[in-house]
Amino acid sequence: MAVIQNKHEMPLQAPEARICNFNEVALGYDEETALKEAERCLNCPAKPCVSGCPVNIRIPEFIAKIKEKDYEGAYQIIHASSSLPAVCGRVCPQETQCEQVCTLAKRFEPVAIGRLERFVADTHNALNAKAGDRPEANGHRVAVVGAGPSGLTCAGDLAKKGYAVTVYEALHTPGGVLVYGIPEFRLPKAIVAREVEALEELGVVFAVNVIIGRTLSIDELFEEGYEAVFIGSGAGLPRFMNIPGESLTGVYSANEFLTRTNLMKAYLEDPKTPVKKGGTVAVVGGGNVAMDAARTALRLGAEHVYIVYRRSMNELPARKEEVEHAVEEGIDFRLLCNPTEILGYEDPKDPKYGSVKALRAVRMELGEPDESGRRSPVVIEGSEFELAVDTVIMAIGTSPNPLIKSTTEGLEVNRRGGIIIDEAGLTSRPGVYAGGDAVTGSATVISAMGAGKKAAEAIDRYIQNREE
Amino acid sequence: MYRIVKKKTLNPSVTEMDIEAPLIARKAKAGQFIILRTDAEGERIPLTIAGTDPAAGTVKIIFQTVGATTLQLSVMKEGDSLQDFAGPLGRPTETEGKKKVCVIGGGVGCAIAMPVAGAFHDQGTEVTGIIGFRSRDLVILEDEFRSLCDELIVMTDDGTYGQKGNVTMPLKEMLEAGRSFDEVIAIGPLVMMKFVVEAVRPYGIPVTVSMNPIMIDGTGMCGGCRLTLVQDGRRTMKFACVDGPDFNGYEVDFDEAMIRNRMYAAEERRAYDEACRLFGGK
Repeated sequence: MAVIQNKHEMPLQAPEARICNFNEVALGYDEETALKEAERCLNCPAKPCVSGCPVNIRIPEFIAKIKEKDYEGAYQIIHASSSLPAVCGRVCPQETQCEQVCTLAKRFEPVAIGRLERFVADTHNALNAKAGDRPEANGHRVAVVGAGPSGLTCAGDLAKKGYAVTVYEALHTPGGVLVYGIPEFRLPKAIVAREVEALEELGVVFAVNVIIGRTLSIDELFEEGYEAVFIGSGAGLPRFMNIPGESLTGVYSANEFLTRTNLMKAYLEDPKTPVKKGGTVAVVGGGNVAMDAARTALRLGAEHVYIVYRRSMNELPARKEEVEHAVEEGIDFRLLCNPTEILGYEDPKDPKYGSVKALRAVRMELGEPDESGRRSPVVIEGSEFELAVDTVIMAIGTSPNPLIKSTTEGLEVNRRGGIIIDEAGLTSRPGVYAGGDAVTGSATVISAMGAGKKAAEAIDRYIQNREE
Repeated sequence: MYRIVKKKTLNPSVTEMDIEAPLIARKAKAGQFIILRTDAEGERIPLTIAGTDPAAGTVKIIFQTVGATTLQLSVMKEGDSLQDFAGPLGRPTETEGKKKVCVIGGGVGCAIAMPVAGAFHDQGTEVTGIIGFRSRDLVILEDEFRSLCDELIVMTDDGTYGQKGNVTMPLKEMLEAGRSFDEVIAIGPLVMMKFVVEAVRPYGIPVTVSMNPIMIDGTGMCGGCRLTLVQDGRRTMKFACVDGPDFNGYEVDFDEAMIRNRMYAAEERRAYDEACRLFGGK
């Protein structure tokens, strides 16, 4: 039987409908489509997809279970490697991971692994099935700092081995970037809550409103009897461009704009936490966070939304599907443009005094490739122009939060403030491991999960060796 | 959950509460703050810690009813619980090595100034206190300040209590008369802090101010609380939640901070009116 050359299309909310709501854009495969897509997997002996996955999910095995219509069996295979299946199926950049190396991709489109993963996880969650039996306790305690992707993964993997794990979270809800950053229309909060519940079923305890580095120190966690600590505190401090006008009202970091909208639910009617809605919005940056901010602004009622990015379409770091969705929704991409100043209303008698009036930028062209291999943008002389906007959102990355570093003696960080770890995830302090954005600065959900997984393995070895 | 153990009305719009939060009570120092939510739908608001009782495991907050959330909080009763209470956040006020200080509190800012005066007092620093209010019936914490200060001057704008005028008047008089301090600490409305800085500037005495910008997470994640310091003519962005809330008063761009604090004035007004309807505000 000839292989179907293309992935089965993902059913989507139509662009003109979805820009008026915060419901999920991608609707998910139905059973029939999932079965047909699963048939596309060649079950090739090399299994390049497994090594292409940062947490090494046994992909061909779970797809084989789909073919047998054993969806719960498929879930258990995914769950053995990933504590957050419904999340990964939605937010992983599969095109640069498992699907990129799929054998089928040499000639056709790869198997839609992400969509199948999502189908399996959603099927499992719809049955409200338990994640698995609670493993037998091994008598050891581990503390995890931060309930984001790396912390949840580390906690889940350790709990599965019988560790008593407490996850300390600074905010009032577990999930980290999955709840404050990634919008509802891309990752419904109910799904994150379900994944957190699944961890609770495994025995993981969540302590919210505890800021490690303030409420408790890393040293105090050891004093309380934890034998090891994993730091997954995330990236924290938003970066700004250091150009004039960034303190005008109407200028947001993407973190603030998204936190107000997602975590604090400013997208609802009459929210308790306000956010500027409507008008013309410019989002600066080209990553997933920039796409999220732009599409959120649109859904909040903006009349026009620009993405201002200093390189070209090919260099956009965002997940391909997010860029496609943004284009479909009418986001106006101003590529090869770099902001130089944000202009505000300057007359103190003007009711708009101190708020944003325009974004001034210059045009760029791509020069020679830099160390990262990307062609670096160069300013075109005399190309200055202005965009009239009411809101500017800076989505140009974050740097690691200094709180834990400044309150933990002997914890070494690099020049950028990222915690220094070895290959196993161990920091300069014995028994203290770290991973995710706290180490690398802004990266992806799945890379943070990979780091959490690796650290869980190392923590297990460390505690077992100590015992011997 | 975080139980309201004790509630006291200090003046018609200012309320004091002791909240059960043992971890924070153990750790908090003068100058630090907490973030709370009244209920699961509520906004996160920062409030400075006015005191702690580590043995009882309680944290004292003093707040003025200025918006929807503080209004809702003000009608909660002893025995009720808050949804969230996180902290202590921010850096503690630096008190080390100072022998003679002047602590200035304006309005509900006195709730923050009081533990700062206390921290100085406890380490043997000579404390001159100046506290100012709009009118007699708004005076709060006078007895507390009296017990913590070697000298206390109470001001009211309308002269109905203490001396008539604002807090910079006695400060200027003292400085003109040759009094000197190792540091002046001013905590209150932005405009008050700005004028304290201007009053002290000719004398070159260090001035510390406590900033209270709009915040969401309070842990250095959102950047909403950013403010500008002008250092040697260069403008530097700082985050009040992790770099502050205390800053060198000579460096703070107060005018910008005032504009930023008004960013949601319209929304806040609407929410407050709505809350008045719901909770029967004053």
